[in-house]
Amino acid sequence: MKHEALEKNATLLLIFSLLVVTIGGLVQIVPLFFIQNTIEKVDGMRPYSPLELAGRNVYVREGCYVCHSQMIRPFRDEVERYGHYSLAAESQFDHPFQWGSKRTGPDLARVGGKYSDEWHRQHLVNPRDVVPESIMPGYPFLAEKPLDPKGFGANLVAMNLTVNNGKGGMYSQEDIDNAEADMVAQATGQNTEGLLKRYPKAVARDFGGDGKLDEMDALIAYLQVLGTLVDFSTFKADMSR
Amino acid sequence: MATNIEKDDVSGTATTGHTWDGIKELNTPLPKWWLYTFYACVIWAIGYTILYPAWPLPGGASRGVLGWTSRGQLEQQMAAAAASQKETVDKIAAMSLPDILKDPKLLAYAQAGGSAAFKVNCVQCHGAGAAGGKGYPNLNDDDWLWGGTPEAIYVTLQHGIRYSDDPNTRDSQMPSFGIDGILTPEQIDQVANYVMTLSGETADAGKADAGKQIFAENCAACHGEDGKGNREFGAPNLSDKLWLYGGGIDNVKAQIHKPSMGVMPAWTKRLDDAAIKELAIYVHSLGGGEAPVTQ
Repeated sequence: MKHEALEKNATLLLIFSLLVVTIGGLVQIVPLFFIQNTIEKVDGMRPYSPLELAGRNVYVREGCYVCHSQMIRPFRDEVERYGHYSLAAESQFDHPFQWGSKRTGPDLARVGGKYSDEWHRQHLVNPRDVVPESIMPGYPFLAEKPLDPKGFGANLVAMNLTVNNGKGGMYSQEDIDNAEADMVAQATGQNTEGLLKRYPKAVARDFGGDGKLDEMDALIAYLQVLGTLVDFSTFKADMSR
Repeated sequence: MATNIEKDDVSGTATTGHTWDGIKELNTPLPKWWLYTFYACVIWAIGYTILYPAWPLPGGASRGVLGWTSRGQLEQQMAAAAASQKETVDKIAAMSLPDILKDPKLLAYAQAGGSAAFKVNCVQCHGAGAAGGKGYPNLNDDDWLWGGTPEAIYVTLQHGIRYSDDPNTRDSQMPSFGIDGILTPEQIDQVANYVMTLSGETADAGKADAGKQIFAENCAACHGEDGKGNREFGAPNLSDKLWLYGGGIDNVKAQIHKPSMGVMPAWTKRLDDAAIKELAIYVHSLGGGEAPVTQ
């Protein structure tokens, strides 16, 4: 067939264009479905606890990802500043992932445990109080917005819809049924047995420091867990990556 | 489409022979240099995808014949950096703090390394100039809560302060005299007035007089009879006009009512021993450092 025939027949041109794009798409996308090694097996990862998940919701709602990345790249300067480079497994329960693409503020992938709760409180209320040169906006209203645990299990159900083509598996029915109790337990540090059974290594205390359960507690709980779950003492890096 | 190659009268360029509605298309091909550069790029790209990881295949991406990986490159760079610093870092790790302070070359290295580590790990609370802020101690002055010798700073850095994950952390609790009902609001007012007099600031003399006895019974055990503090408990010196949680009678009263107590992380799990020593030496050199215990 002469090329002229294609150029002069709109339908034919459309069909062949589609064919070309389809081949390009298949070559790029289909192999990814069969790649089994994207997520390395690591010890210690677990889904977010209800309080941490509530904090993550605040993080997403306030658009923290616009200025903060959660992705330590395997470069010497980043590893020396932030710690071990991020692993795919560390984002496996993040739907959507919070890698970010703009690094106005520091990377937060391993911010957990780096500062005290009190530091986070002061910093979130007015960043200039602790970092004079900071350009981050203040979020003092988080401490004024109560967090109601009632019905929070629905958030866990929603997260289940994001994995395994909506078939769930991130949270069990037991996790969902106990979501409200777990949130209160983690924010108060009391009656934490069930919480620790369902979410190993969960840190439970009054993150907001004011005896109330508000969004400040949730966000600080979330920040304090970031990057702390993987047990790097048992992690053996696959150097073929 | 008619194919009738001819020379265009106006531009003198040959046409492609294609005509649409009487409009003829001039044949002005890409410059040869551009075309050959393009072909060279295509060949280079093919070579690149053979040498480096590139093609997505079932079971994983092609590895590339050079065996390059980002993790491998990072490991090499880290190893090269560590190797170039090894001699000095080993010396710092092996030597005692007073000995490092006596070696000008090591001292300069430790201060530079400590300064870099400080920028990454410490400025968030203590500030870029180490001047601290409300609730975060100033490291430039000579008012130390837990001690200002290189050794004391080193221990503080290693184990932190009130850091629950470290069993050897420096720990102390000031009672909440107000909210726990140990003292009445009136008594707190009196003892706060007395505390103000310790640093020679204006206070209600009558209340301060009454507060003296309350201080002796409730505060002196940690802060000392003269209010000069006790580093064993990290009890601040109350007579030096330096206020961690703000000066003035109201702040002092608030602190007695429900004390703020700072938390500092332990760094043994995050930094290696040499880096902690470098930080101790850097902080010690900021201005308020006290003489080492063993000279």
